[in-house]
Amino acid sequence: MTASTAAAAPIGRSNLQRFVGGYGQEIVVLLSIVALFVVVGAINPRFLSDTNINSIFAGNAYIAVAAIGMTMLIISGHIDVSVGSLIGVIATIAGTLAVSGYPIWVAWLVPILFGIAVNAGVGALVAYMRIPSIVVTLGMLSILKGGLISATGGEWITDMPPGFMIAQMRLFGIPSAVYFMVILTILAALFMRYTAFGRAIYAVGGNMEAARAAGLNPERTVVGVFALHGLFAGIAGILFATQLQVIQSTVPPNLELTVITASVIGGVSILGGTGTVIGSTLAAILFACIGSALIFLNVSAYWLRAVLGLMILATVLADMIRRRRVL
Amino acid sequence: MTARLLFRHETILAILTVIALFVLSMLSDKFFTVDNLLNQGRLMSEVGLVALAMTFVIVTGGIDLSVGSILGLTAILFGIFWQSLGLPIPLAMAAAIASGTFAGFVNGLIITRFSVPPLIATLATLALYRGLAEGISQARSVRGYPEWFFFFGQGEVLGVPFQLWILGICTVIAAVILAYTPFGRATYAIGANETAARFSGIRVDAVKLWIYTAAGFMSALAAVIFVSRVTTTRSDMGTGLELDVITGVVLGGTSIFGGKGTILGTALGLILIQALKNGLALSGVKGDGTIVVIGVVLIAAILIGAIFDRNRGG
Repeated sequence: MTASTAAAAPIGRSNLQRFVGGYGQEIVVLLSIVALFVVVGAINPRFLSDTNINSIFAGNAYIAVAAIGMTMLIISGHIDVSVGSLIGVIATIAGTLAVSGYPIWVAWLVPILFGIAVNAGVGALVAYMRIPSIVVTLGMLSILKGGLISATGGEWITDMPPGFMIAQMRLFGIPSAVYFMVILTILAALFMRYTAFGRAIYAVGGNMEAARAAGLNPERTVVGVFALHGLFAGIAGILFATQLQVIQSTVPPNLELTVITASVIGGVSILGGTGTVIGSTLAAILFACIGSALIFLNVSAYWLRAVLGLMILATVLADMIRRRRVL
Repeated sequence: MTARLLFRHETILAILTVIALFVLSMLSDKFFTVDNLLNQGRLMSEVGLVALAMTFVIVTGGIDLSVGSILGLTAILFGIFWQSLGLPIPLAMAAAIASGTFAGFVNGLIITRFSVPPLIATLATLALYRGLAEGISQARSVRGYPEWFFFFGQGEVLGVPFQLWILGICTVIAAVILAYTPFGRATYAIGANETAARFSGIRVDAVKLWIYTAAGFMSALAAVIFVSRVTTTRSDMGTGLELDVITGVVLGGTSIFGGKGTILGTALGLILIQALKNGLALSGVKGDGTIVVIGVVLIAAILIGAIFDRNRGG
C-alpha cells in the first residue's frame, strides 16, 4: 500500500513477496501478538482464559479506535498530543448528560460532535495559520485538562442508566467494544485506500506542495483529517465512558502516549505519508497483551511504560535504518 | 532587520510583563511584596533552568519532550544512590546528575546518528525514562534526607533563594553563549537552514549532540533542586514539565521552526507565566484554572506571532 515500499520493491517479485513487503510492519506486529500468546500461555495457561482475552480486547478497544484517527493524522504529517485529555473530557460530558436525564442518543452524540468541533478548530489553526500541530495541541492539552478538573472538581460520575453503557453490550457473547474496534478499523482502512479523501491524506503527508500542484486543497484536507480524528476520539471517549460503572472525570494518565505509540509501532512513518490503520489497531492489541502478560509473568506493572518506550524507540530506529538503506 | 524585529518582540513582551505585574499588584496586595516575588523566583527556578537549554534546542528547530522524565529519573536515581547504595549525598548528587546528563546525550545520539525527528525521539524517551523511574522505584518515594541537603532548594544566600542565584548565573552564561560565541551562531545557523549550515562547514551533529546533552544536564540539575525543595523523591516528579518549559520558551519569542529566539525572551516569557500563575492564584483562581490560562496564552502568543509574520511576508 505505502508508496515508498511499493516503489522500492524490485520488479518481478511474486504477489506474496509484494504483499509481505507492503505490510511488513503489520505482519511483524501480528506475529509478535501470536508469539506472545504462545509463550506467555505456555508459562501461565490462565493468560489464555476467556476472561483475560475478553478483557485484553474489550478493555483496550477504545485505545485502538483513538489510534485509527491518530494514524490518519500522523499520515497527514501532523500530531495531536492532547487526545488523552480530549477523551477524558468527552467521557465526562457523556456521563454528565446521561445522568442528567437527557435521551441516551444525545449523551452519545453530543460529546462526539464536541470532539469533531474542537479538532476541526485545531485543524483550522494548523492549516490556515500555519501553527505547528504540536504547539496547538500542547496548548489544547492544558486547556482541556485544566478545564476538566476545574469543571468537575475531580468528582466521579456514577449511576449512569444501563442503556447508556454501550461498550458493555454483548452480541454472541462478545462485548460491543470489540465490534466497534474491528468494524471501524476495516471501514477506515477501506476509506484510506479507496476514497479520494483518503488518498489526499497520504498525498498531503507525503509532500504538501506536490499535493497542491496536483490540484488538491491541502488546507481543507488538514482540517478534514483533524475533524475525522475528532470523530474517532469521540467514539473512543464514549467507549471509555461506558466500559466501567464509573467515570473518573480525570484524564487517563499517558493515554495520548499510548495512542501515538500504537500508531507509530503499527507502521506509520513519523515523517508522514505512509502507514495503515490496520497496523495501529494491531499495535494497540499488542500493547494490551504486553500489559496483561507482565501481570501473568509476575513482572511489576511499573515496568510497562519502560517497555513501551523501548518498543517505540526500537521501531523508530528500525524505520530510520530501513529508510536509509532504501535511499 | 531581523535584530530589529526580535527587539520588537521582546519589547512587546516586556511591556506585557510590566502591565501584568501592575494589574496583579492592584488585584492583590500580597502580590508585589519582596517575599512573594523571591518565593515566586524560587518556584520558577526548575522550569527556568530547563528552559535555558530548551531555548537552544528550539532555536536549532528541534524539541525535547523528555525533560520532565529526565528530571523524574534523576530524582529517583539520586534517592536510590543515596538510600539503597549508601553513597554520601554529594557523590549521589554527582552520579545522579551524570546519569541525567547521559540521558540527554542518548537523546542527542538518537537524533543525530539515526536522524530520528526530535519530536518522536524524545516522545519515545519521555516514555522510556519515566518508565525507568517507575520501574526502578516501584513507585515508592524516598524521604529522610539530612537537613543540610535542603539548603539547595530552601536556603538563601544574601537574602536571595539559593536556586535563584544558580538560575541567574546560568541565564547569563546561556545568554552569552547564544548571542556572542561561534557555538551560538552555529545554533542559529542550524535552525535557519540545516543543510546550508552543514555545507558551510558547521559541525551540525556535534552542536546538536552538545545541546541535547545540555538539556539533560539542566533537567538533572533541576531535579536535585526540586528534591531539595520538596524534601521527597517521587517517580512522578516533573510530569508535564515539558509543557511549562516549551510554553515559556515559545512565549519568549523563540520560533518553533527554529532560527530565531533569545535567552532574554525566554526569561521574560517565564516571568510572565509565573506572574500570571501566582497572580491568578492570589486572586482566587484555583490551580487547574491557571493551567487553562497558560494553554490559552501559549496558543494566543503563537497566533499573534503568526499573524505578524504573515503581514510582514505579504
